[in-house]
Amino acid sequence: MLKDVTFGQYYPVKSFVHNCDPRIKILFLIGFIVAVFLASNFYGLALCAAVLVIGILCSRVPVQSILRSIKGILFLLAFTAILNLFFYAGETTVVIGEIPLQWGVVNITYEGIYFMLFLMFRLFMLILSSSLLTLTTTPVNLTDGIESLLTPLKWLRFPVHVLALVMSIALRMIPSLMDETDRIMNAQKARGTDFEHGNIFKRVKAIVPILIPLLIGAMRRAEELGDAMDARCYTGSENRTKYKKLTFTWRDLIVFLLCAALIAGVVLCNVYLGSIL
Amino acid sequence: MRITAEHLNYTYNQASEFAVHALRDVNLTVEEGEFFGIIGHTGSGKSTFIQHLNGLILLPSAQKKYKPKKLKKGEIAPPKTVLQVGEYDLTDKKTDFRKLRSKVGMVFQYPEYQLFAETVFEDVAFGLKNFSEQPLSPERIQTAVRQALETVGLNYAEVWDKSPFDLSGGQKRRVAIAGVIVTRPEVLVLDEPAAGLDPLGKQELMALLHEIHRSWCKTVIFVSHDMDEVAENCTKVAVFSEGAVQFVLPPKELFQKQAELLSLGLDLPVTAKLVALLKQKGIDIDCDFTKKDFIQKVQKYLQGGNGVC
Ligand SMILES: Nc1ncnc2c1ncn2[C@@H]1O[C@H](COP(=O)(O)OP(=O)(O)OP(=O)(O)O)[C@@H](O)[C@H]1O
Ligand SMILES: [Mg+2]
Repeated sequence: MLKDVTFGQYYPVKSFVHNCDPRIKILFLIGFIVAVFLASNFYGLALCAAVLVIGILCSRVPVQSILRSIKGILFLLAFTAILNLFFYAGETTVVIGEIPLQWGVVNITYEGIYFMLFLMFRLFMLILSSSLLTLTTTPVNLTDGIESLLTPLKWLRFPVHVLALVMSIALRMIPSLMDETDRIMNAQKARGTDFEHGNIFKRVKAIVPILIPLLIGAMRRAEELGDAMDARCYTGSENRTKYKKLTFTWRDLIVFLLCAALIAGVVLCNVYLGSIL
Repeated sequence: MRITAEHLNYTYNQASEFAVHALRDVNLTVEEGEFFGIIGHTGSGKSTFIQHLNGLILLPSAQKKYKPKKLKKGEIAPPKTVLQVGEYDLTDKKTDFRKLRSKVGMVFQYPEYQLFAETVFEDVAFGLKNFSEQPLSPERIQTAVRQALETVGLNYAEVWDKSPFDLSGGQKRRVAIAGVIVTRPEVLVLDEPAAGLDPLGKQELMALLHEIHRSWCKTVIFVSHDMDEVAENCTKVAVFSEGAVQFVLPPKELFQKQAELLSLGLDLPVTAKLVALLKQKGIDIDCDFTKKDFIQKVQKYLQGGNGVC
């Protein structure tokens, strides 16, 4: 049912990557994305891919789980691929037999194919790397990391802790709401609601008996949570201490060095091995 | 309707890393006319089992996409799963599950959280309208809703045009139950119907179920964590443990197995505890663990002066 949709898809095992500080993981992801975008030839990208593969191997997350994240954006990938293939302004048109593959604006060129592959490779790595982050970091850790990284904004009087609180509550509530939806759907099905048959109007109408209890439940939860926070005198004040303090360890140093090495490597590739862009 | 389950298995999130084997080879028969109790430690699969009974959880073979698996050479076929509710075969995808659901009413845990309509009347009539083949006349709907609300002990004239969200918790629960029994199902299944009610509310609810059972609902099945409630009301009890059925016995025999029940993490009814205490003192009371019978037997013992009654 709804449960099959992986969402905030933390994969619970212990590994080097899981144990890294979330801040360093976020920074590494940013660094990685920068490297992927800096790379202007396949050598640079191959370097990034190598680092990604090492990351995946060190995370002990099965490859299928990581690849699953691609499914959601397959359409986007295909769309970009086709656009680039057809409309990239290259010079050497592909000739199959005697026929050049060119019709009006559509012009399939060798450069276009090359560029498309490059782009696909890039997108692919962006998605895999970000899903590696969410697969190996619990939502709580992730928000803690983001809050900590956004600390400089506090000096500009930006309410970072409020933002972090809102984020962590939202993340915390997603699974509960999914559970609740499942339960309410079952209860209404037992009362004869039919979600599978009938025309679109009927189906939309069938959603009302789910949406209303769900909304009311969400309000109730929000109110209860607010009361509970009030009862514990939560004011979201400055200088709150944390139950779990984030600390840097030797692992994080390694990751940091790897990130720096990656960016340096990519830049060297760009300079010495030519560019295709 | 007779309910038969054989070799019933169910796994949540199959084929993923979070798979939970919730039912393991469940075999259970509920005869028509029974007031059937289901008990078991939390997480033992009770709710999972009862959701099978009206096709809310579909067996693999009843799902649209299902294709029978071909056996490899030398492989032994797993025992055939049977799940039959009256004339409905729940292993068959051609079964009309909506029709089945109109015959098997299901009251979920905390049913008050499924209320949605603007008025109590609308909410109770919801199931009725859904299940009927042709549009019903307003009079028929009104009669049915009135009867349902009165059965659960609410004053129709008082509540029918109120918003269900303005009622008290106990009243909401009654409205939700009315919304299920309004179609007069032949089997009524309830998941912890008395959870969170006050003692009097619990008694009233049980009385209400007995009333329904006596007048038109042939079979009542309910899940409970309250052993007194079970000892007091059921004709037969199934004990679930870790997804399997351990015992199916009338309460009189079941609560004699004190050691087994305790080892399954279950409690005993007060009467059973007292019987055990008296036994330690050398007094044998042979009762069926309802309070009434227990008191009678003890009185008889006291009048008789001594010995076994
Ligand atoms: N929607 C679900 N997704 C995944 N696992 C589930 C789901 N519902 C139940 N389970 C798991 O299946 C097992 C049986 O759960 P079930 O709800 O049937 O127990 P129960 O006997 O009704 O318990 P309780 O007395 O607490 O209501 C539990 O281990 C539970 O964690
Ligand atoms: Mg349950």
